[in-house]
Amino acid sequence: MSDLVKIFVAAFLINNIILMRFIALCSYIGMTSDVGQSVGMGLAVTFVTVMASAVTWPIYHWILKPNGLEFLEILVFIVVIAALVQLVEFYLKKSVPSLYHAMGIYLPLITTNCAILAVTFDQITSNYTFVQSIVFAVAVSLGYLLAMLLLAGVRQRLKNSAIPAFMMETPILYLTTSIIAVAFMGFAGLIK
Amino acid sequence: MKRLFSILINGLIVENPLFVIMIGLCSAMAVTTTVANGIGMGVALTFVLVMSELIISLFRNLIPDSIRMPIFLIVIAAFTTIMDLEMKAYFPVLSKSMGVFIPLVVVNCIVMGRVEAYSSKQPVLNSVFDGLGMGLGYSWILIAIAAVRELLGNGTLLGFQIMPSSFEPMIFFILPPGGFLVFALWMAASNDLRRILLAGRKPEPTQDSCCTLPEDGSAEKA
Repeated sequence: MSDLVKIFVAAFLINNIILMRFIALCSYIGMTSDVGQSVGMGLAVTFVTVMASAVTWPIYHWILKPNGLEFLEILVFIVVIAALVQLVEFYLKKSVPSLYHAMGIYLPLITTNCAILAVTFDQITSNYTFVQSIVFAVAVSLGYLLAMLLLAGVRQRLKNSAIPAFMMETPILYLTTSIIAVAFMGFAGLIK
Repeated sequence: MKRLFSILINGLIVENPLFVIMIGLCSAMAVTTTVANGIGMGVALTFVLVMSELIISLFRNLIPDSIRMPIFLIVIAAFTTIMDLEMKAYFPVLSKSMGVFIPLVVVNCIVMGRVEAYSSKQPVLNSVFDGLGMGLGYSWILIAIAAVRELLGNGTLLGFQIMPSSFEPMIFFILPPGGFLVFALWMAASNDLRRILLAGRKPEPTQDSCCTLPEDGSAEKA
């Protein structure tokens, strides 16, 4: 149990996927102009990351590894994730229309979201068990949601601030991110 | 010849993927703790980009429009796998220090973006030069970021001691926040420079399709 908690805290705060590992920066900058939008994207990513982990773990450990096909992991994972996203989209559209309207528009963007692919590769390289993989996936994507929410909040304030002309738009966002990341460095000692 | 040259310059400066189109940012900050890593990542991406653009451009008239995205993905994934295995075999140290970012080239928006926007419509030679220009444009920014971070954070350049021994390395620049900061400042500098240079002309910043929400909500199927 305690190792699951460790995995969770490490992935959620200490190695925050955006602020400490620079993964999924495109959507971090692109989707945080509005708090509601950032939450929608964060939840959609959480949903797909957990689903993808649940699918890629058995594929790797039960199909690729016994047959010595580990080198195909990049190819297989990207195709599986793309197909999965498509299936989830179809399913939501037909069965849960309300959920589809809430996060369906974010789903196609997720195929090229590096966070999901990175999570599935990390689970393989860290040799996690199935349960550990799922906990890891949940933690990473909640960390993603947290970082998105933080920046979205700051951006609301930035709209009404006087920013030097050369810092306008993207540079100021990265400067902000840098300061948020400094705060996150403080979590480093949380786990021995 | 002149046209090919202008395609190259386009990627290097005019439409630089990192500073102007602003795609493929993840790896630009993650691997740039040392100049060697920056060069390694630049070479890896350039290889995947040029080869994918070459292949897609060769088959551009044979690929059905409706399933082009999966086909592009598979071509890119194949070259990324080749690159990943080569790196592991010949540069194990470099490969280890870049970790997950080599396989992540497959979802790097630069590759998908250029393949979709350029080589699926252009002849082979143009596509190859576009790949070269974009790849090198990406690489030189990577090296610029890495140089600042390595020099200030470690006092070295490419592993050679540059700063005097009295210089206390500022670890901050090696750590993630330093990456964000250096990138922000480089980008601010480049924006300012562009504003001065292009004072008369108005630059048209292209937004990248894979990371922003489409206007009508009917996002593209991947």
